Formats: sequence, structure tokens, C-alpha cells
Amino acid sequence: MSEYLVQFNNISKFFGKVIALKDVTMRLRKGEIMCLLGDNGAGKSTLIKTLAGVHKPDEGEIIFEDKKIIFDSPRDALDIGIGTVYQDLALVSLMSVTRNFFMGREPQKGIPFFKTFDVEKANKIAAERMGQIGIDVRDPSQAVGTMSGGERQCLAISRAIYFGAKVLVLDEPTSALGVHQASMVLKYIVKAASEGLAVILITHNVHHAYPVGNSFTVLNRGRSMGTFQKKDISREKLLSMMAGGEELDKLEVELKEMDRVART
Amino acid sequence: MSVKSQSIQSKKQTGQDERLKKISPLRVLLNRPELGALGGSILVFIFFGIVAGDTGMFSAYGALNFLDVSANLGIIAIAAAMLMIGGEFDLSIGSMIGFAGICIAIPAIYWGWPLWMSITFAFAMAVLIGYFNGIMVVRTGLPSFIVTLAMLFILRGATLAITRLITGRTQVPGLRVLIEDDPIAWIFATDTFQWLFTWLGKMKLIALRTDGTPLATGIPPSVIWFIALTLFATWILMKTRYGNWIFASGGDKVGATNVGVPVGRVKISLFIGTAVASTIFACIQVLDAGSADTMRGTLKELEAIAAAVVGGCLLTGGYGSAIGAALGAIIFGTVSMGIFYTDVDTDWFKVFLGAMMLIAVVFNNYIRRKVTENK
Ligand SMILES: Nc1ncnc2c1ncn2[C@@H]1O[C@H](COP(=O)(O)OP(=O)(O)OP(=O)(O)O)[C@@H](O)[C@H]1O
Ligand SMILES: [Mg+2]
Repeated sequence: MSEYLVQFNNISKFFGKVIALKDVTMRLRKGEIMCLLGDNGAGKSTLIKTLAGVHKPDEGEIIFEDKKIIFDSPRDALDIGIGTVYQDLALVSLMSVTRNFFMGREPQKGIPFFKTFDVEKANKIAAERMGQIGIDVRDPSQAVGTMSGGERQCLAISRAIYFGAKVLVLDEPTSALGVHQASMVLKYIVKAASEGLAVILITHNVHHAYPVGNSFTVLNRGRSMGTFQKKDISREKLLSMMAGGEELDKLEVELKEMDRVART
Repeated sequence: MSVKSQSIQSKKQTGQDERLKKISPLRVLLNRPELGALGGSILVFIFFGIVAGDTGMFSAYGALNFLDVSANLGIIAIAAAMLMIGGEFDLSIGSMIGFAGICIAIPAIYWGWPLWMSITFAFAMAVLIGYFNGIMVVRTGLPSFIVTLAMLFILRGATLAITRLITGRTQVPGLRVLIEDDPIAWIFATDTFQWLFTWLGKMKLIALRTDGTPLATGIPPSVIWFIALTLFATWILMKTRYGNWIFASGGDKVGATNVGVPVGRVKISLFIGTAVASTIFACIQVLDAGSADTMRGTLKELEAIAAAVVGGCLLTGGYGSAIGAALGAIIFGTVSMGIFYTDVDTDWFKVFLGAMMLIAVVFNNYIRRKVTENK
């Protein structure tokens, strides 16, 4: 058995003429939190969607527990314990909290052919799980469309945590969260990793990524700029690799300049 | 500080979240999709109760008449509603009715098949056609509106062409004699609770013919099918995993797929559902009339969709109910029959149908905004 739980080997993905990914390699161990970083359009979401079963890679292979895997649908990925929080959350706003939480994986009760959706059990689990990351579900039959953006994000996260038994993939899970909820979620991610899950975390916020991440992969225009262990890279170096550092410095200078011009 | 501890205390006492306002039963009802149709059907009954209360519309015979019409429409409206909740349309329902009719009649009359075999054949064809509609929509990603519009023409045309080719006519009569002794046909052709009506007749509680038998002989098969399908569809939608998948597929196809809902399979099965419901409709009508007509079912797809919309289904999918569609069908059936008992010219029925739909769409749109938007 190799030391890695998940290996992306030379993954490429093309959408028509667009090269979304080219020769991307990334490897994760059990208990590791891998932060996937990069500009808008760098290919982060596309890469994790190949692991979630949404896209089939055009080149390269994904190895999971030493076996090459080919997913026909996201269902296959969920079946082997890969839980994903999509950037667009994959929630149906007309449906209730509970119905969304268990969408596709509803608990059932009763005799064969007359099995029913066990709503009480589902309500209980959904409320309990969301409570654990600090969201008090007022009413599990509330339509998701009436929830706040952060509440929705927490619903998607707790769902992925509940169903992701081996790998947890989070695509910008903290973008709409307040400081309190964001730190709850990050704490939860660390806890999940300490229990042996492999975690892939996509974020644009280096202050979220750096404290929790063990290693960092930076994508740029569909290519990997390499994977770095935390000990090998400083927060500042990482920030500038995310093409953020210099630009923020420049921005500060420009703002000062504008301020000066406005005053004179 | 005191406010906070108070609210915490109140939470402890009631075991409820203090942010949760008490929701009155009325509010819960307001959030149900069938609310509008329920109000509509109550209004319709009050209206005809006043206008046509003493005309015989509400006698046993009259009531069974408008229930029969409602039930026939309801059978296809429920299937159409489930498909709409799943995010698609089927415009080929009406043509499928005509096609299923000749699938029963031609083999039975011209090829000497037993009736049960031709009925089975019709259902097999329905499954195939529904599957084809579904796979076309799912595989090509084309709007179901276009795919099933094409099927509307193909099926109606094929029905006419095949019938004329084999029989030289557009009608196939002579089925009635085959119903007796058939092991299956009775499912679509038996009036039930006949003993009740005989008894009611004996007690002089309902109108009799001159020979002493009651005018209304029993509950028509359409009504039994209608009730059974309403219950079955409601059970599926509200209580089962498959029901959750239907709402999910119609509410957000991509999201549902990404969390493992087999959206394609769900949609295909719903298309099979509308084709099969059309065939049930055809069986009941063909066996009742004793003949198949190539034009049977014309425009029924639009009535079925209208009933589903009046019943609270959103045109965009993901929201609606089977009970709502059933009520929508009852509204249309009652008005289309009730209008005969009033002085109003029956031409006005279509005007009513259209107006009703418009009101329903405006109302549904308002509800949808309330449910989906974060206030
Ligand atoms: N289904 C698709 N069809 C066509 N092009 C696509 C598709 N999905 C992604 N792309 C393209 O692939 C590239 C990478 O997209 P991706 O969503 O992976 O970026 P990202 O790194 O997640 O960006 P962001 O930080 O904005 O979320 C983009 O140029 C995008 O336009
Ligand atoms: Mg992205």
C-alpha cells in the first residue's frame, strides 16, 4: 500500500478549445489537509470535480487506495466516501433543509417495495449535524431558498462532512461565512483530518489556508506550480505565489496616490 | 443581559428556538402548492350549487357525470404534474391516447388477438414511447417542449396512417362484445359499488329508469383509477426517496446530479409515467365507447398541463403536488359539465379555462418568489 490515499496523476481536462487543466499532479495522504490555491479560472474547481465524479479527466488517472478509479457519476464518488462541497453548493432552494441534506442519499424505513423516506430520522440528523458547526436550524422543513448565504454554505458543509467518510473536498467553503462560523468550520476540518480523512480545501483566503493546511498546491492557468510542505514555505511566499502579494502592495500604493490626488 | 438569559430560559422551557415564530396552521397551509386549487374548487362548487343547484347537476347521475369527466382528465393531469415537478413537459399525451386506442383496437378486431393481449401490447408501446421521449430529452439536452411536440405530430400522424392503411377508416368499432370474459378488460370497464346504487334505487333515494333500475349504475372505473393514482402519486412525492429525487431533478438538475441523484433515470421514468397514464385513459375510454377513434385525446395534453398548473405546479419545475393537479382536474371537469346545466353558452368554457390558468400562473409565481427568496 502506497503512502497516498488519493493521487491525481498528470490530469488534463479540456472544454472544447479551453485547456482547463494540463498535466496536474497532486497527492494526498490520510489525515492531510491539502490547500488548493490559485487565481480565478486557474482550474481548481475543475480539478476537484474530477475527483467528485462530475468530470472525467481527458488525460491522466486518479488513484484511490491504490486502485485506478473511473467514476460514471458523482454517485460513485459518494459511494466510496468522497464528500464534496461544491462552489455553487448544489442545493435546491425550493426544497427543505432536510430534503437537501439527504438529497440522493435518503435514509429509508419499511419493507421492500414500500420503503419510505425516514423524515424524522433525517430531520434529527440534519439539525444535529448543522448544530455541530454552529448553525441552529430553526425548522428543518424550512425551504433552503429562505436561508442566509452563510447558513446555506454551512448546510452544504455539514452534508459533505456527514457523507464524506474518507475524503472531504471543500471548494471555497468559507467565502460567505462570518469570523465565528469560518473558524468553526476550519476547526471541524482539522478535526476531520485528525480522524484520518484526507481533506482538499480550496480558498482564496491565505489566512484561512495557512493555519490549517499541511501542504499547498498552487495552480496557475491550468498548470500546477508545485506542491509545498508548510515547513518549506512562508505565509508571505504563499501569498505572493497566489499572485496576491505584489498586487495588494501595488493596490496600496495606488490608493495612496488617489488619495493624494484627491486632496490636492 | 437580562434579555438574553430570558430568551435562553424560554428556549429551555418550551424546547423551541426563540427565533422560531409560532407558525399558525393557516401559514402552513399557505405554503402548500395545492392551496389555490383547493380555494378554486370550493368556489366552483359554491357557484354551481347556487346557479345549478336544482337542475340535477348534483343528483347521483349528474355528479357521477362530472366526476367521470374530472377523473379522466385527472388521470393524465397527475402524471403530467409529476413530470412537471421533475422539470419537463410532455406534449404528446393527447396523441399517445389516440395511439394507445388503436394499439388496443386493431389487434383485437383485425388480427384476432384476445383483448388482454392487445391491452398489454398498448402498455408495452407506451413504455417504449415514454422511454424514447425521456432518453431523447436526457441525452440531447433539448427542451422537452420540442422533443414531445415532435412526438405529438409523429404519434397522431402514425395513428391516422396506420388505421387508414389497415381498416380504411378512422374509427375501429366492435370492442364491446370482447370485454366480457376477458381476464384484464374489467379493470378498465367495471362500474363498482353497483349494489349500493341498486339499494339506493330500491330505497327511492336516487333517480330510476322506467324499468326500475337506477339511472346511475355505479362508480365509473375512471373515478376509482383517479382516486388510486392521486393517492399513489402523493405517497411517492411526499413519502419516498424517489419522490425526493423528482423534486430535486426539477428544482436544480446540476445540483441534484452532483450529490448523486440519478436525474436522467428519474426523468425517463416520469416520461414513461405520462405515456402509461395516457394509455390508462385510452383503455377506459375505448372500452367504455366500444370503439377507438384516431382523433381521441386531441388537445388533452394542454388540458392536463393546465390542470397541473392550476394545481400549483411551477412551469420551471421542482414544485407542485399531485393533489393539486387532481383538484385542478376536478375544477375543469366540473365547469365543463356544469356549464350545460346553466344558461351560459358552452363556448365560454375555453374562456374560463384560459382565465383560470392565467390567475393560477400569477398566483404560483407569487408563491414561488415567497418560498425561494431570502427575505
Ligand atoms: N463546463 C465548462 N465548460 C467550459 N469551460 C469550463 C467549464 N468549466 C470550467 N471551464 C473553464 O475552465 C477554466 C477553469 O475553471 P475553474 O472553475 O476550474 O476555475 P477556478 O480555479 O475554480 O476559479 P474560481 O476561483 O473563480 O472558482 C475556466 O477558464 C473556465 O472558464
Ligand atoms: Mg472555482
